[in-house]
Amino acid sequence: MLYQALVKIHLKPGHSDPEGEMTARALKELLYPVKSVRVNKNYIILLESKSKSMAEARVEDMCKRLLANPTKDEYAIQVEKAR
Amino acid sequence: MKLEETRVCILRVGGTNCDIETREAFQKSGAKAEIVHFNQLVKQQSLLDFNVLVIPGGFSYGDYVRAGAIWAKMLIAKLGNDIKRFVEEERPILGICNGFQVLVEAGLLPLFDGISPFPEAALGTNIPTGYNCRWVYLKHINHGSCIFTHKIPQNLVVRIPVAHSEGRFMFGNGKEEKCLEKLLENDQLVFRYCNPSGKFASGEYPTNPNGAFFDIAGICDPSGKILGLMPHPERSFFNWQRPDWTGEGSLCVHSDGKLIFDSVVEYLGRRT
Repeated sequence: MLYQALVKIHLKPGHSDPEGEMTARALKELLYPVKSVRVNKNYIILLESKSKSMAEARVEDMCKRLLANPTKDEYAIQVEKAR
Repeated sequence: MKLEETRVCILRVGGTNCDIETREAFQKSGAKAEIVHFNQLVKQQSLLDFNVLVIPGGFSYGDYVRAGAIWAKMLIAKLGNDIKRFVEEERPILGICNGFQVLVEAGLLPLFDGISPFPEAALGTNIPTGYNCRWVYLKHINHGSCIFTHKIPQNLVVRIPVAHSEGRFMFGNGKEEKCLEKLLENDQLVFRYCNPSGKFASGEYPTNPNGAFFDIAGICDPSGKILGLMPHPERSFFNWQRPDWTGEGSLCVHSDGKLIFDSVVEYLGRRT
């Protein structure tokens, strides 16, 4: 069965996010009442799997192996059947 | 084996740069260096036919996911056993800029407890953000363990350029002090950003061009045979590569980066 996984990679709390800070500065310059910006990276992955739990396990492995660096990144995974 | 028979593998993939300059630098220092595509090593040649592995600068695989991450994982997935043996036999490995990012992402640096399945450090987005290409000063602080810098006197300030967007060396939050202690204990610190007179940058931009923790520009593994550094020594090999060489009135042919290549070549000569 085909599953779709949404993977969100974001910096761990406390790690500085220069890209977010620069974006926040720009938005403030454009007069938006922005307090802060944190930048995330999203991946939408379509994969074949026998079950949802197996799909989740495979995607978690992808995060550990490539998509996230545990030194600075956290990740969140949402898996559902692909439409 | 004679020095002339030792082989330096300068590995490349799509997005690699300065591989030709790096080969030139090794050859001028007296070693036999070849540029080898990663797929050649996977399909035809063996990494173990070489005595030194160099991962040059650039933007491998577009630096997608994170700088150096894709190449690092490919390296371990396709050549993991050869890399493991290379490390066990203490054959030298040099990672320059993107190469340093690859070594960290591959778990080959800082190598506190053998090859780590996950990165033990990271090279994060520069602070201030953006691509930074400039000449920087580095203080050589290694006490003699690193075979790539043994010809550089301790505390000597060298001038080598950086060119990167993700060079902020860091450890995980709350782990910095413990990891720094290990680096110091194992003599793994090699270069720190400083001003022309040798005063450490203390994180101040642009002396520290990327906000790296403890002004770290380059580290080696505990054996001293693996070096990763953000600056490009091959871009500081000849004096005429320096932006101000005509105004200096110096007739020197070579510049500071040559010391790194000379060091490893001399080591190879002693080993053979």
